[in-house]
Amino acid sequence: MKRLIVSLLATLVAGLALTSPVLAQKAEVIHWWTSGGESAAVKQLADAYNKAGGQWVDNAIAGGDNARAAALNRIAGGNPPVASQFNTSKQYHELIDNDLLASVDDVASKEGWDQWMPLPIKNVIKVKGHYYAVPVNIHSGAWFWYSKAVLAKAGVTEPKTEAEFWNALDKIKASGQIGFAQSGTLTYERATFTAVLLHMGGRDLYNKFYGDKDVNAVKSPAFRTVLEKYKRLKNYTDPGVAGRSWNDTTALLVTDRAGFQTVGDWAKGEFLAAGKTAGKEFGCFAGWGPTAPYMISGDVFVLPKTSNKEAMAAQQLMAKVITSPATQVAFNMKKGSIPIRPDVDASGMDICAQAGVVALKDAARQTPDPSMLMAPDMYGKVADVITKFWNTDMKPEEAQNQLVAVLSAK
Amino acid sequence: MGATVLIAYVASILWTVRISLSNSKMLPRADWAGMTQYVNLFSSDRWTTAMINTSLFGLFFIVGALVLGFLLAVFIDQKVRLEGVFRTVFLYSFSISFVACGVIWQWMFNPALGIQRSLRNWGWESARFDWIATQDMAIYCIVICVLWHSSGLVMAILLAGLRGIDEELWKAARIEGIPRWRYYLSIVLPQLGPAFGTATVLLAVSVVKLYDAVVAMTNGGPGDATDVPTKFIMDNLFERQNIGLASAASATMLVTVVIIVAPLLYARSRAKAAAGRP
Repeated sequence: MKRLIVSLLATLVAGLALTSPVLAQKAEVIHWWTSGGESAAVKQLADAYNKAGGQWVDNAIAGGDNARAAALNRIAGGNPPVASQFNTSKQYHELIDNDLLASVDDVASKEGWDQWMPLPIKNVIKVKGHYYAVPVNIHSGAWFWYSKAVLAKAGVTEPKTEAEFWNALDKIKASGQIGFAQSGTLTYERATFTAVLLHMGGRDLYNKFYGDKDVNAVKSPAFRTVLEKYKRLKNYTDPGVAGRSWNDTTALLVTDRAGFQTVGDWAKGEFLAAGKTAGKEFGCFAGWGPTAPYMISGDVFVLPKTSNKEAMAAQQLMAKVITSPATQVAFNMKKGSIPIRPDVDASGMDICAQAGVVALKDAARQTPDPSMLMAPDMYGKVADVITKFWNTDMKPEEAQNQLVAVLSAK
Repeated sequence: MGATVLIAYVASILWTVRISLSNSKMLPRADWAGMTQYVNLFSSDRWTTAMINTSLFGLFFIVGALVLGFLLAVFIDQKVRLEGVFRTVFLYSFSISFVACGVIWQWMFNPALGIQRSLRNWGWESARFDWIATQDMAIYCIVICVLWHSSGLVMAILLAGLRGIDEELWKAARIEGIPRWRYYLSIVLPQLGPAFGTATVLLAVSVVKLYDAVVAMTNGGPGDATDVPTKFIMDNLFERQNIGLASAASATMLVTVVIIVAPLLYARSRAKAAAGRP
């Protein structure tokens, strides 16, 4: 018996040794792009990588938290994937501090990232002078989307100011439709709050809260107004909100049952997957006016450190392929996001993406996403307060107090 | 076997306790933080809510499952026709995963999709059933879902116990003119002690590990209305990158479980010993 096992093992090892050179540049990639629009987009990355001589091994895990958890387990356990998706944020900074990620300085200097990478992104991928993550796209988490049919039925057009927005919500509600589509998950309750804070409270207040963790800003009357406006949105939501995911929520707009949703531009993929066209069946705006702040986030691939030469080669190839202009356009058109490079041709993109490209060119409008400013632990605790405020009859003053406590905790 | 227990369980527990005494965030750290994580844990509103929710859930779920399971077992014990069919039907829900179970019941409870909408479509325009969207009632939606899932198992266990009871007892009771309900209450129930003990321990275990059904059904919401300790731990372990706090919560949970389950197990082994069995 023992002999049998030994010979079996020997065959196995020999087999592995024989096959591994053939599998050069094989790259297992962990990501969470699983919805209809998202998987169409990730296919573009895989195709480009395969065309460049690699072999993309897809490991899609539904849900960002789950995918990141799997990646962390694999990295901490010493069996990392070749590349793993994270948000362009502080999520992977402790991995950098512990020297667990490979740098992509070679590709970065060849492609001149220093010259053109938007500052908010550069700030979270370049640590102590080295690049540690490969940005794939630029998302903005604070867009407004609307169904043209619903607005038309209520007799309103795209709101150009905040006042018009509230007026439109009232009209839609009066016409018997859902005014505001809200997801029932903690993350997206906080996302709506963030959008209200940024677009109704203003960029200064936003930066003081998420960036400076300024407790006086939280105590200010302006912040209370933001909380009140956030809660006011609840009047326009539907009863089906409980536990609803963001994409099921977007489906309300896609099927012309709800007027507005504030969600990142990843929602556009859902419209596109349903065969809708931006500007025709649905509209979008990233705040009001030509100087509205544009909140930047996005996805990156981190390349966990490895001693395996083939994996290292695969990582460098991946960094190069993902950031190449052709892949950037192909991927981002499907994904609904904006290319990280300014030198790509945006003319083929839809009107929403073009509006994003315009906003992005203006450095004064670029605003970092909260996840770039706040560590995951504190950011989570903010969500705890916000979700309680949204779902219970908590007074705005009490929410202010609790947020002060969150910000001042060490 | 011994080595497995030692390495897989005891060592993991010790490791968790060790981490809970450190400042670990995303990755384990070897520093010492004293009881900081435990202080943070017990001053956290969310943890308190989660513990209260689990207690509520545990109480209603265990009592509910035992009562329902017993009634189902008694029903089947009446020598009904097609007994095998009923037994399979009642036990069938147990073969479904908690995630599937949670999703099914989420749709049923969702006011815009499920029961409420059906009632309204049938003409009862003012029907209202929005527990899952209500702060105070959402936890009972979870109770109902998991009850539906696990009552069949309790039935199977109790039915096995019922079948072990001497038929002569019923004949004797009938001669005495004792009504059926009284027979079950005063004669059968006391003899089912060990079966109830087994069922209770199994149910208690599913109270502690309640996670997937909550995530699938409400994701802890609305607000923190259905938050449970396991979800608190998982959130902190991964998304919030706070292993230290998550470990402190795990250790606290372990202690709580030991405090609750130990007397149960003790009582059961004593009952066995009293019955003259090893």
